[in-house]
Amino acid sequence: MMATVKQTGDTPSDIEALLPWHAAGTLNARDARRVDEALANDPALARQYAVIRDELAEAIHLNENLGAPSTRAMRKLFAAIDAEPARRPRASFHPAARLAAFFASLSPRTLAYAASAAVLALVVQAGVIGTIVVKERGATYGTASQAAKQATGGAYALVRFAPEARAADIAAFLDRAQASIVDGPKAGMFRVRIGETALPRDELDRRIARMQDDAVISFAAAAE
Amino acid sequence: MQVLYARHHVKVFRFALRLVKNEQVAEDLIGEVFLDVWRQAGRFEGRAAVTTWLLAITRFKALSALRKRSDAELDDEAVAAIADNADDPEVAVQKKDTGAVLRRCMAGLSAEHREIIDLVYYHEKSVEEVAEIVGIPENTVKTRMFYARRKLAELLKAAGVERGWP
Repeated sequence: MMATVKQTGDTPSDIEALLPWHAAGTLNARDARRVDEALANDPALARQYAVIRDELAEAIHLNENLGAPSTRAMRKLFAAIDAEPARRPRASFHPAARLAAFFASLSPRTLAYAASAAVLALVVQAGVIGTIVVKERGATYGTASQAAKQATGGAYALVRFAPEARAADIAAFLDRAQASIVDGPKAGMFRVRIGETALPRDELDRRIARMQDDAVISFAAAAE
Repeated sequence: MQVLYARHHVKVFRFALRLVKNEQVAEDLIGEVFLDVWRQAGRFEGRAAVTTWLLAITRFKALSALRKRSDAELDDEAVAAIADNADDPEVAVQKKDTGAVLRRCMAGLSAEHREIIDLVYYHEKSVEEVAEIVGIPENTVKTRMFYARRKLAELLKAAGVERGWP
Protein backbone atom coordinates (compact mmCIF):
# COMPACT_ATOMS: atom_id res chain seq x y z
CA MET A 1 0.00 0.00 0.00
CA MET A 2 2.11 2.89 -1.29
CA ALA A 3 -0.62 5.35 -2.17
CA THR A 4 -1.01 6.90 1.27
CA VAL A 5 1.35 9.80 0.53
CA LYS A 6 0.38 11.82 -2.53
CA GLN A 7 3.29 12.41 -4.88
CA THR A 8 2.35 16.06 -5.60
CA GLY A 9 2.80 17.15 -1.96
CA ASP A 10 0.30 19.99 -2.46
CA THR A 11 -2.37 18.51 -0.28
CA PRO A 12 -2.01 15.73 2.24
CA SER A 13 -3.81 12.43 1.89
CA ASP A 14 -6.41 11.64 4.51
CA ILE A 15 -4.03 9.46 6.53
CA GLU A 16 -1.02 11.75 6.04
CA ALA A 17 -3.00 14.68 7.47
CA LEU A 18 -3.63 12.72 10.67
CA LEU A 19 0.02 11.86 11.40
CA PRO A 20 0.72 14.80 13.78
CA TRP A 21 -2.29 13.87 15.94
CA HIS A 22 -1.24 10.23 15.89
CA ALA A 23 2.20 11.24 17.16
CA ALA A 24 0.58 13.36 19.89
CA GLY A 25 -1.74 10.50 20.87
CA THR A 26 -4.93 12.50 20.34
CA LEU A 27 -6.63 10.46 17.61
CA ASN A 28 -9.71 8.39 18.34
CA ALA A 29 -9.24 4.61 18.37
CA ARG A 30 -10.62 4.10 14.86
CA ASP A 31 -8.36 6.68 13.21
CA ALA A 32 -5.35 5.55 15.24
CA ARG A 33 -5.88 2.00 13.95
CA ARG A 34 -6.13 3.26 10.35
CA VAL A 35 -2.90 5.23 10.71
CA ASP A 36 -1.09 2.29 12.33
CA GLU A 37 -2.08 0.02 9.46
CA ALA A 38 -0.94 2.59 6.89
CA LEU A 39 2.39 3.12 8.70
CA ALA A 40 3.04 -0.62 8.69
CA ASN A 41 2.58 -0.79 4.91
CA ASP A 42 3.98 2.49 3.62
CA PRO A 43 7.72 3.20 4.17
CA ALA A 44 7.42 6.79 2.89
CA LEU A 45 4.68 7.50 5.40
CA ALA A 46 6.74 5.88 8.17
CA ARG A 47 9.71 8.15 7.28
CA GLN A 48 7.47 11.20 7.48
CA TYR A 49 6.12 9.97 10.82
CA ALA A 50 9.66 9.79 12.21
CA VAL A 51 10.17 13.43 11.14
CA ILE A 52 6.92 14.38 12.87
CA ARG A 53 8.01 12.71 16.11
CA ASP A 54 11.18 14.84 16.06
CA GLU A 55 9.06 17.96 15.53
CA LEU A 56 6.81 16.99 18.43
CA ALA A 57 9.77 16.47 20.78
CA GLU A 58 11.29 19.83 19.85
CA ALA A 59 7.95 21.66 20.12
CA ILE A 60 7.61 20.35 23.67
CA HIS A 61 11.22 21.29 24.43
CA LEU A 62 10.66 24.80 23.05
CA ASN A 63 7.49 25.40 25.06
CA GLU A 64 8.81 23.87 28.28
CA ASN A 65 11.70 26.32 28.16
CA LEU A 66 9.41 29.33 28.07
CA GLY A 67 9.27 29.42 31.86
CA ALA A 68 6.29 30.30 34.01
CA PRO A 69 4.52 33.50 34.99
CA SER A 70 5.67 35.34 38.10
CA THR A 71 3.67 35.27 41.32
CA ARG A 72 2.79 38.90 40.57
CA ALA A 73 0.29 37.63 37.96
CA MET A 74 -1.44 35.44 40.56
CA ARG A 75 -1.52 38.17 43.21
CA LYS A 76 -2.96 40.62 40.71
CA LEU A 77 -5.62 38.14 39.59
CA PHE A 78 -6.84 37.27 43.09
CA ALA A 79 -6.83 40.94 44.11
CA ALA A 80 -9.03 41.62 41.08
CA ILE A 81 -11.35 38.75 42.03
CA ASP A 82 -11.60 40.05 45.61
CA ALA A 83 -12.50 43.47 44.23
CA GLU A 84 -15.30 42.02 42.09
CA PRO A 85 -18.81 42.91 43.22
CA ALA A 86 -20.78 40.02 44.73
CA ARG A 87 -22.32 38.04 41.91
CA ARG A 88 -26.08 38.11 41.71
CA PRO A 89 -28.13 35.34 40.10
CA ARG A 90 -29.30 36.26 36.62
CA ALA A 91 -33.06 36.50 36.23
CA SER A 92 -34.32 33.30 34.68
CA PHE A 93 -37.53 31.36 34.88
CA HIS A 94 -35.79 28.03 34.35
CA PRO A 95 -35.44 26.22 37.70
CA ALA A 96 -32.07 24.66 36.72
CA ALA A 97 -30.69 28.07 35.71
CA ARG A 98 -31.87 29.56 39.01
CA LEU A 99 -30.23 26.75 40.94
CA ALA A 100 -26.96 27.18 38.98
CA ALA A 101 -27.04 30.93 39.59
CA PHE A 102 -27.61 30.37 43.29
CA PHE A 103 -24.59 28.06 43.59
CA ALA A 104 -22.51 30.48 41.49
CA SER A 105 -23.27 33.22 43.99
CA LEU A 106 -21.80 31.24 46.90
CA SER A 107 -18.17 31.57 47.91
CA PRO A 108 -15.96 28.48 47.57
CA ARG A 109 -15.73 28.15 51.36
CA THR A 110 -19.51 28.35 51.75
CA LEU A 111 -19.89 25.73 49.03
CA ALA A 112 -17.41 23.43 50.76
CA TYR A 113 -19.36 23.66 54.02
CA ALA A 114 -22.64 23.22 52.14
CA ALA A 115 -21.29 20.09 50.42
CA SER A 116 -20.18 18.69 53.79
CA ALA A 117 -23.61 19.46 55.29
CA ALA A 118 -25.34 17.79 52.32
CA VAL A 119 -23.28 14.62 52.73
CA LEU A 120 -23.98 14.65 56.47
CA ALA A 121 -27.70 15.03 55.79
CA LEU A 122 -27.58 12.06 53.40
CA VAL A 123 -25.81 9.89 55.97
CA VAL A 124 -28.32 10.87 58.69
CA GLN A 125 -31.22 10.28 56.33
CA ALA A 126 -29.85 6.86 55.39
CA GLY A 127 -29.53 6.04 59.10
CA VAL A 128 -33.11 7.12 59.85
CA ILE A 129 -34.52 5.13 56.93
CA GLY A 130 -32.39 2.15 57.90
CA THR A 131 -33.62 2.29 61.50
CA ILE A 132 -37.25 2.40 60.36
CA VAL A 133 -36.72 -0.55 58.00
CA VAL A 134 -34.92 -2.57 60.67
CA LYS A 135 -37.72 -1.92 63.17
CA GLU A 136 -40.44 -2.79 60.69
CA ARG A 137 -38.79 -5.88 59.22
CA GLY A 138 -36.98 -7.32 62.19
CA ALA A 139 -33.44 -6.51 61.17
CA THR A 140 -33.67 -8.37 57.86
CA TYR A 141 -32.16 -5.49 55.94
CA GLY A 142 -29.23 -3.08 56.61
CA THR A 143 -28.53 0.45 55.45
CA ALA A 144 -26.17 1.23 52.61
CA SER A 145 -23.67 2.70 55.07
CA GLN A 146 -23.84 -0.42 57.22
CA ALA A 147 -23.25 -2.54 54.16
CA ALA A 148 -20.24 -0.41 53.28
CA LYS A 149 -18.84 -0.79 56.78
CA GLN A 150 -19.44 -4.50 56.77
CA ALA A 151 -17.91 -4.98 53.32
CA THR A 152 -14.75 -6.98 53.69
CA GLY A 153 -11.59 -6.74 51.69
CA GLY A 154 -12.02 -3.14 50.51
CA ALA A 155 -9.35 -0.43 50.64
CA TYR A 156 -10.24 2.76 52.53
CA ALA A 157 -8.80 6.17 53.23
CA LEU A 158 -9.66 9.06 55.54
CA VAL A 159 -9.63 12.41 53.80
CA ARG A 160 -10.30 16.04 54.64
CA PHE A 161 -11.25 18.28 51.73
CA ALA A 162 -9.63 21.69 51.34
CA PRO A 163 -11.95 24.47 52.61
CA GLU A 164 -11.93 26.21 49.22
CA ALA A 165 -12.81 23.01 47.32
CA ARG A 166 -16.12 23.26 45.54
CA ALA A 167 -18.67 20.49 45.12
CA ALA A 168 -17.60 20.07 41.46
CA ASP A 169 -13.94 19.83 42.53
CA ILE A 170 -14.80 17.14 45.08
CA ALA A 171 -16.81 15.18 42.51
CA ALA A 172 -13.92 15.44 40.02
CA PHE A 173 -11.47 14.26 42.69
CA LEU A 174 -13.65 11.22 43.49
CA ASP A 175 -13.72 10.40 39.76
CA ARG A 176 -9.97 10.77 39.45
CA ALA A 177 -9.26 8.66 42.52
CA GLN A 178 -12.00 6.15 41.58
CA ALA A 179 -13.23 6.62 45.12
CA SER A 180 -16.61 6.88 46.79
CA ILE A 181 -17.55 8.43 50.15
CA VAL A 182 -18.81 5.73 52.50
CA ASP A 183 -18.92 7.62 55.80
CA GLY A 184 -18.51 11.03 57.37
CA PRO A 185 -17.98 13.76 57.97
CA LYS A 186 -16.62 13.01 61.42
CA ALA A 187 -14.43 15.80 62.79
CA GLY A 188 -14.32 17.12 59.24
CA MET A 189 -13.04 13.79 57.86
CA PHE A 190 -14.68 11.54 55.29
CA ARG A 191 -14.07 7.80 54.93
CA VAL A 192 -13.71 6.95 51.23
CA ARG A 193 -13.43 3.57 49.55
CA ILE A 194 -10.56 3.56 47.05
CA GLY A 195 -10.63 -0.09 46.07
CA GLU A 196 -13.11 -2.95 45.94
CA THR A 197 -10.49 -5.26 47.38
CA ALA A 198 -7.64 -4.71 49.83
CA LEU A 199 -4.58 -3.15 48.17
CA PRO A 200 -0.94 -4.16 48.70
CA ARG A 201 0.78 -1.79 51.16
CA ASP A 202 2.99 -0.09 48.55
CA GLU A 203 0.06 0.43 46.19
CA LEU A 204 -2.04 1.84 49.05
CA ASP A 205 0.81 4.20 50.05
CA ARG A 206 1.14 5.34 46.45
CA ARG A 207 -2.59 6.05 46.17
CA ILE A 208 -2.60 7.97 49.46
CA ALA A 209 0.47 9.99 48.40
CA ARG A 210 -1.26 10.88 45.12
CA MET A 211 -4.32 12.03 47.09
CA GLN A 212 -2.15 14.19 49.36
CA ASP A 213 -0.75 15.88 46.26
CA ASP A 214 -4.24 16.73 45.06
CA ALA A 215 -5.14 20.39 45.61
CA VAL A 216 -8.67 19.39 46.66
CA ILE A 217 -7.34 17.39 49.61
CA SER A 218 -5.88 18.94 52.75
CA PHE A 219 -5.32 15.61 54.55
CA ALA A 220 -5.32 11.95 53.52
CA ALA A 221 -4.37 8.76 55.37
CA ALA A 222 -4.99 5.04 55.00
CA ALA A 223 -7.93 3.70 57.01
CA GLU A 224 -9.25 0.29 58.02
CA MET B 1 -10.48 29.09 41.30
CA GLN B 2 -7.12 28.52 42.99
CA VAL B 3 -7.22 24.88 41.90
CA LEU B 4 -8.08 25.82 38.32
CA TYR B 5 -5.36 28.48 38.25
CA ALA B 6 -2.75 26.18 39.78
CA ARG B 7 -3.49 23.48 37.23
CA HIS B 8 -3.60 25.51 34.07
CA HIS B 9 -1.87 28.88 34.43
CA VAL B 10 1.56 27.76 33.18
CA LYS B 11 0.27 26.27 29.93
CA VAL B 12 -2.08 29.20 29.38
CA PHE B 13 0.85 31.57 29.95
CA ARG B 14 3.07 29.71 27.48
CA PHE B 15 0.34 29.67 24.84
CA ALA B 16 -0.15 33.43 25.33
CA LEU B 17 3.58 34.10 25.30
CA ARG B 18 4.03 32.27 21.99
CA LEU B 19 1.28 34.43 20.52
CA VAL B 20 2.22 37.86 21.89
CA LYS B 21 5.98 37.28 22.35
CA ASN B 22 6.16 39.51 25.41
CA GLU B 23 6.27 38.13 28.96
CA GLN B 24 4.71 41.19 30.57
CA VAL B 25 1.82 41.19 28.10
CA ALA B 26 1.39 37.41 28.48
CA GLU B 27 1.21 37.73 32.28
CA ASP B 28 -1.39 40.48 32.01
CA LEU B 29 -3.32 38.31 29.56
CA ILE B 30 -3.54 35.28 31.83
CA GLY B 31 -4.88 37.53 34.59
CA GLU B 32 -7.60 38.72 32.21
CA VAL B 33 -8.32 35.17 31.06
CA PHE B 34 -8.83 33.75 34.55
CA LEU B 35 -10.79 36.81 35.65
CA ASP B 36 -13.13 36.23 32.67
CA VAL B 37 -13.40 32.58 33.65
CA TRP B 38 -14.35 33.65 37.17
CA ARG B 39 -16.99 36.02 35.81
CA GLN B 40 -18.37 33.61 33.19
CA ALA B 41 -18.14 30.28 35.03
CA GLY B 42 -21.91 29.88 34.70
CA ARG B 43 -21.64 29.98 30.92
CA PHE B 44 -19.23 27.06 30.68
CA GLU B 45 -21.42 24.30 29.30
CA GLY B 46 -19.03 21.42 29.84
CA ARG B 47 -19.17 20.38 26.18
CA ALA B 48 -15.44 20.97 25.78
CA ALA B 49 -12.46 20.32 28.03
CA VAL B 50 -11.66 23.18 30.41
CA THR B 51 -8.27 23.65 28.73
CA THR B 52 -9.93 24.06 25.33
CA TRP B 53 -12.16 26.77 26.79
CA LEU B 54 -9.18 28.49 28.47
CA LEU B 55 -7.04 28.41 25.32
CA ALA B 56 -9.89 29.76 23.19
CA ILE B 57 -10.32 32.73 25.57
CA THR B 58 -6.54 33.25 25.68
CA ARG B 59 -6.31 33.25 21.90
CA PHE B 60 -9.10 35.81 21.59
CA LYS B 61 -7.49 38.10 24.15
CA ALA B 62 -4.01 37.69 22.65
CA LEU B 63 -5.25 38.66 19.20
CA SER B 64 -7.06 41.68 20.67
CA ALA B 65 -3.86 42.72 22.47
CA LEU B 66 -1.84 42.31 19.28
CA ARG B 67 -4.24 44.48 17.32
CA LYS B 68 -3.73 47.29 19.84
CA ARG B 69 0.02 47.40 19.31
CA SER B 70 1.92 48.85 16.40
CA ASP B 71 3.63 46.62 13.85
CA ALA B 72 7.01 48.22 14.53
CA GLU B 73 6.76 47.49 18.22
CA LEU B 74 5.75 43.92 17.43
CA ASP B 75 8.63 43.35 15.03
CA ASP B 76 11.19 44.55 17.55
CA GLU B 77 9.70 42.39 20.26
CA ALA B 78 9.43 39.40 17.96
CA VAL B 79 13.13 39.58 17.22
CA ALA B 80 13.92 40.00 20.92
CA ALA B 81 11.67 37.11 21.89
CA ILE B 82 13.11 34.75 19.31
CA ALA B 83 16.66 35.67 20.26
CA ASP B 84 17.80 33.34 23.00
CA ASN B 85 20.97 31.61 24.02
CA ALA B 86 20.76 29.17 21.14
CA ASP B 87 23.09 29.44 18.17
CA ASP B 88 21.98 30.81 14.83
CA PRO B 89 20.64 28.06 12.55
CA GLU B 90 23.81 27.98 10.45
CA VAL B 91 26.06 27.71 13.51
CA ALA B 92 23.82 25.04 15.00
CA VAL B 93 23.95 23.06 11.77
CA GLN B 94 27.74 23.22 11.83
CA LYS B 95 27.55 21.81 15.34
CA LYS B 96 25.10 19.17 14.07
CA ASP B 97 22.56 20.35 16.67
CA THR B 98 19.51 19.78 14.50
CA GLY B 99 17.17 19.95 17.51
CA ALA B 100 18.23 23.56 18.15
CA VAL B 101 17.79 24.38 14.44
CA LEU B 102 14.33 22.85 14.49
CA ARG B 103 13.33 24.92 17.53
CA ARG B 104 14.78 28.06 15.99
CA CYS B 105 12.87 27.45 12.77
CA MET B 106 9.65 26.78 14.72
CA ALA B 107 10.07 30.17 16.39
CA GLY B 108 10.45 31.69 12.93
CA LEU B 109 7.09 30.42 11.63
CA SER B 110 4.16 32.79 11.13
CA ALA B 111 1.86 33.29 14.14
CA GLU B 112 -0.83 31.17 12.45
CA HIS B 113 1.56 28.26 11.90
CA ARG B 114 3.21 28.57 15.32
CA GLU B 115 -0.17 28.50 16.96
CA ILE B 116 -1.33 25.28 15.30
CA ILE B 117 1.98 23.51 15.89
CA ASP B 118 1.82 24.41 19.58
CA LEU B 119 -1.81 23.39 19.97
CA VAL B 120 -1.27 19.99 18.35
CA TYR B 121 2.17 19.05 19.65
CA TYR B 122 2.44 20.79 23.03
CA HIS B 123 -1.14 21.33 24.19
CA GLU B 124 -2.19 17.91 22.80
CA LYS B 125 -5.39 19.18 21.26
CA SER B 126 -7.40 16.97 18.91
CA VAL B 127 -8.53 18.10 15.45
CA GLU B 128 -11.96 18.96 16.87
CA GLU B 129 -10.52 20.93 19.80
CA VAL B 130 -8.15 22.93 17.59
CA ALA B 131 -11.11 23.73 15.32
CA GLU B 132 -13.01 25.03 18.35
CA ILE B 133 -10.12 27.10 19.71
CA VAL B 134 -9.09 28.65 16.39
CA GLY B 135 -12.63 28.88 14.99
CA ILE B 136 -12.00 27.10 11.68
CA PRO B 137 -13.43 23.90 10.11
CA GLU B 138 -11.78 20.59 11.00
CA ASN B 139 -10.52 20.01 7.44
CA THR B 140 -8.87 23.43 7.51
CA VAL B 141 -7.18 22.45 10.77
CA LYS B 142 -5.64 19.41 9.07
CA THR B 143 -4.45 21.29 5.98
CA ARG B 144 -3.15 24.23 8.05
CA MET B 145 -1.09 21.83 10.14
CA PHE B 146 0.24 20.22 6.96
CA TYR B 147 1.25 23.60 5.50
CA ALA B 148 2.80 24.68 8.80
CA ARG B 149 4.95 21.55 8.71
CA ARG B 150 5.86 22.13 5.08
CA LYS B 151 6.89 25.72 5.84
CA LEU B 152 8.99 24.38 8.69
CA ALA B 153 10.66 21.96 6.28
CA GLU B 154 11.44 24.87 3.93
CA LEU B 155 13.00 26.88 6.77
CA LEU B 156 15.05 23.87 7.81
CA LYS B 157 16.21 23.29 4.25
CA ALA B 158 17.27 26.95 4.00
CA ALA B 159 19.24 26.43 7.22
CA GLY B 160 20.97 23.41 5.71
CA VAL B 161 18.95 20.61 7.33
CA GLU B 162 17.53 17.92 5.04
CA ARG B 163 15.10 15.55 6.70
CA GLY B 164 13.86 13.57 3.71
CA TRP B 165 10.44 15.23 3.79
CA PRO B 166 8.73 16.57 1.77
